[in-house]
Amino acid sequence: MGRKILFITTDQQRYDTLGVNGGQVASTPVVDALAREGVRYTRCQPTSVVCMPSRASMLTGQYPSTHGAWMNGVALRVDAPSVAAALHDRGYATALVGKAHFEPFLDPFGRYVENALSNLGVPTVEQPWFDGRVGVHRGFDLMELATHGVLGPLHYARWLRHTHPEAVEGFYPVLDADLNVNAAGGGDTGAPQVRYNDVAREWYHTEWVADRTIAWLEGLDPTRDWFCWMSFPDPHHPWDPPAEAARRVDWRDVPLPANYPERREERERLLDAKARHWRLWYDGRVVSNYEAPAHWVPATLTADQVREVNALNAVEVELIDEAIGRVLTVVEARGWGEETDVIFTTDHGELQGDFGLLFKGPYHVDGLVRLPLVWRPARSARVAPAVVTAPVSLVSLAATFLEIAGGERPAWAEGDALPRDDATTPSDAATVTEWDSDLFGVDVHVRTIVTRSHLYSEYGPGALHDGTEAELYDLAEDPLQRVNLADDPRARARRVELHQRLAEHESRPGERATPGRLVAPV
Amino acid sequence: MASVRFERRIGAPADQVWSLVGDPSRITEWFPGVLGARVEGDRRTLRLATGVEMPERILAADARTRHFAYRLEADLVRFHLGTIDVFELGPRDTLVVYATTAEPDTMALVIGGATDEALDAIARQVAAPEE
Repeated sequence: MGRKILFITTDQQRYDTLGVNGGQVASTPVVDALAREGVRYTRCQPTSVVCMPSRASMLTGQYPSTHGAWMNGVALRVDAPSVAAALHDRGYATALVGKAHFEPFLDPFGRYVENALSNLGVPTVEQPWFDGRVGVHRGFDLMELATHGVLGPLHYARWLRHTHPEAVEGFYPVLDADLNVNAAGGGDTGAPQVRYNDVAREWYHTEWVADRTIAWLEGLDPTRDWFCWMSFPDPHHPWDPPAEAARRVDWRDVPLPANYPERREERERLLDAKARHWRLWYDGRVVSNYEAPAHWVPATLTADQVREVNALNAVEVELIDEAIGRVLTVVEARGWGEETDVIFTTDHGELQGDFGLLFKGPYHVDGLVRLPLVWRPARSARVAPAVVTAPVSLVSLAATFLEIAGGERPAWAEGDALPRDDATTPSDAATVTEWDSDLFGVDVHVRTIVTRSHLYSEYGPGALHDGTEAELYDLAEDPLQRVNLADDPRARARRVELHQRLAEHESRPGERATPGRLVAPV
Repeated sequence: MASVRFERRIGAPADQVWSLVGDPSRITEWFPGVLGARVEGDRRTLRLATGVEMPERILAADARTRHFAYRLEADLVRFHLGTIDVFELGPRDTLVVYATTAEPDTMALVIGGATDEALDAIARQVAAPEE
């Protein structure tokens, strides 16, 4: 028997929402314990700050500019490399339960497998693989899927509509009548995407994901090696946790984030020091990407709304933590406790009030690019607990999973396996986040590199930038990324160095997929 | 209201292309995700891979001009018009133009994305050796 892998992801969760990372609002004892027992990373970066490209990078071990799913609404090609397929080849049983999102959600015809599986009533279908063979879709023996709401064809939505139709109305409608991200306010403060949901906790998608994961694990031969990607849709908006739990954190008691400038003048001064699209979005003059409500103006966000969003976000984080605890209990009960690696992370962050903003977009600061990442290696591997402060990337997950399974990094994976301590990471370690979007003629292109000391973003030519704009932050001196040094003569050498490193990223060797077609907004 | 339009130049006779796209019951052979099609007069009901049934009204299926036009009449659109035009450029040289106008605008992108893939399927289908 080899090591089993429980890969846990959430969606849109900030680094500072875990207690072990200094979070003050949510209580996360389960993940905190995993972190203390294993390796905690303090500077993990996504390859993209939106779901589809980032998730595709976890699966393929490739940057978006390599795997080709460059933005939400661009499907990962069906025969893209997959770490699940590589593990399947090594004899692992493989499952993905919860949110996949390698393929667009807005797909009324069901032309993508993710959207057709539930109706087909089969755990998977056969599809071409990256190496010319045919195998289970993206390498998973089972895909049982969910997303943030209860509309659409995925398994959870279909289950809830069928078994508890009376609960459907309790959920916040993620999209409005024009199929844009809904700007309607709710809760006590009128914050967008907020609602106190009447759904019973046991019917909420967080519990469903844990339940279905447990069902799959309990059906396995105890001697079988397995890889389970348990993927929670929360704490991504909408913030509509079950009402019976939602008041456990009183938003009135939630402190404002350190990076929420309470005075409007200060917010605007900080935004004006960044690339111009920050202020344009804040003022409601441009929405550069679909992931924020088209008819919501960030400048209208109030301090109380930030508090309420963060309270409900914390509740969702706590429910996930408790659900993980249930699954880990089953892992132990089945006798896999010593042989199971547990990796916990998310696909990208959330602004949650930073700079007076909410949601996400081409704004590469810590709120979006600094992620929680915890690896609790199998106890049998006897890996010493550690804290890794060097920058690491989600692009390393595929190689890490294969290393756990006794394999080597495949040629198609761009990321090395995660380090287990700081001593084994190079002093010049760096990671890159990419952004390319095109929403109804507004195109934005960003490349960001994070080193041990700096965060540097370059904006390529597009509808809002002329190709000269940049942001440079000193992470030690300016941990909130408020002072843009890009045009500071004293930082010129640093900017030149980081520009060169981004150029090296762009020209890195390797085969790139043809960029996919944008066929949906999400 | 938003419009998108895709086109393909296909190395097959226009009549062969039209015989595929002009027959409303044959949409299952080339439109992604469509598992079944029931045609009754100017009504066509698609059975989709999501399990949903999607009603449509056929507005034109003109063999003389090789022009097909239809509307989705489902709740997900307030308005939809799809047109497929098949132009003969040469004996084995055909231009197919697939246009979509829809409201909400987002649906033009979503449906248009599917029509783009449908054109690929049409090209593959007519390129396949006839049995």
